[in-house]
Amino acid sequence: VEAVLAAAEEQEAEKRRSITVEKELELEYDLGNLLAVDRNPPPAAALRGAGPQREALLRALARDNTQLLVSRLWELPAERAGGAGGPLVAQLPEPTFRLPREKPPPKPRPPTRWEQFARLKGIRRKKKTSLVWDEQAKEWRRRWGYRRAGGDPSRAWLAEVPASADPEEDQFARLRREKRERVARNELNRLRNLARAHRAGSAVPAAPLHPTGHQDRDELRRVARVARVSTASLGRFQPRLPKESAEPPSRSGGKKRRFEPLLGNLAAERSRQLELLRDMGSKKPVLDITRAVNKQLRQEEAEAAANKGKKQSKRGKRGRRQQRPGRSGKKSG
Amino acid sequence: MRPLTEAETRAVFEKLGKYIGENIQLLVDRPDGTYCFRLHRDRVYYLSEKLLKLAASVPRESLVAPGTCFGKFTKTQKFRLSVTALDFLAPYAKYKVWVKPGSEQSFLYGNHVLKSGLGRITENTAQYQGVVVYSMADVPLGFGVAAKSTQECRKVDPLAIVVFHQADVGEYVRNEDTLT
Repeated sequence: VEAVLAAAEEQEAEKRRSITVEKELELEYDLGNLLAVDRNPPPAAALRGAGPQREALLRALARDNTQLLVSRLWELPAERAGGAGGPLVAQLPEPTFRLPREKPPPKPRPPTRWEQFARLKGIRRKKKTSLVWDEQAKEWRRRWGYRRAGGDPSRAWLAEVPASADPEEDQFARLRREKRERVARNELNRLRNLARAHRAGSAVPAAPLHPTGHQDRDELRRVARVARVSTASLGRFQPRLPKESAEPPSRSGGKKRRFEPLLGNLAAERSRQLELLRDMGSKKPVLDITRAVNKQLRQEEAEAAANKGKKQSKRGKRGRRQQRPGRSGKKSG
Repeated sequence: MRPLTEAETRAVFEKLGKYIGENIQLLVDRPDGTYCFRLHRDRVYYLSEKLLKLAASVPRESLVAPGTCFGKFTKTQKFRLSVTALDFLAPYAKYKVWVKPGSEQSFLYGNHVLKSGLGRITENTAQYQGVVVYSMADVPLGFGVAAKSTQECRKVDPLAIVVFHQADVGEYVRNEDTLT
């Protein structure tokens, strides 16, 4: 027994010794990257020649350095993630070591034809103001766009015929055609520049060069659905677009209907039905027109009946009274 | 057999509500047991939980009718109440019509109720309101829709229709094979 105890104590001592590591030079730590750099020169003699000695030395070196790194990590401020029972999480500082590039840096894009020409001629960009004074409207207006200075070009009511032009030509049509041509030319040049840059190898995306035209409705709907589901919660908490349907999209793509289980929670079913009844009941209109009409009819009938009774009694009394003087009048006359 | 969907439940309750109003609560929430509605081959059945559990073990093709049939969903998903629901409508009916003994037979053959056959009618019945038809001895005979409101019933001539026939107990004999 004593021998076993002694052996156990020795093991403990060994463990405790192995936690502390002695080094000539301190290691350089970058805890943000979990990095430790050891600048101590290793014994050159032992590293020469591949063999088990070398392996053992390297392994011991790795173990010592890892031990130092881990002991540094344990000194960091830590907290329990996810409440009291969660794992202990250390808060790493910002990384200081700049990791080298994984891929080569992108090539700059080649200059466009205009840029080449401008460089050749020495033309530089003039800084333009965004607002221009419009004498007509007596206020500052945009240079171009909504409510631009110089009025709306589509509403220009006068187009002078230049001296060198054909008098029969439609000037408005000419202006429109020229604008269309300019726009088309610009677009063509833009795409050409893009293609040239792409061919030269710079990092310009080639997607604008291959337009697919207008996407049809089904494809757009499919893409929208995919986009909706591409969130971390698989689209469960995405807000709905104004014209989208309110039901969640079925996993089988709408082929199979799914129902509640036959013997599901009956109490829940009952409460749901009662809720439904309550909702249906509350939406009934307060004023029921037919009932109102019937009520009115009844009131009128009652009044008519009451008036009839009154008239008969009144007329009876007055009638007799009126008739008597009349008769006596006639007799006397 | 399956439970009703939200839309189907709404349709059924709206139809039932026309006859018994807010007393549907008493059908849904009963003190003497849990009762529920289930759909089997387009027909809506009303059954207790105990019966439901027994019926669940019967294969679909062999199951004829679990519980009481209240009505069925037509091809265009409209709910049509059948006479087999009368036992549950009659005690909770809001608007009742009593028919004279002479025209009971006529009603039981499927004809509408005329003013001459009308015995009594609940006050405040609106036009086109769902009503339950009784004989003068308070035996439920069937149900229908009021063609005239109570006020108009008083003024109308004797051969005018006052209650449109929808279902009567004579159907148990006439439509024996199609009833479930």
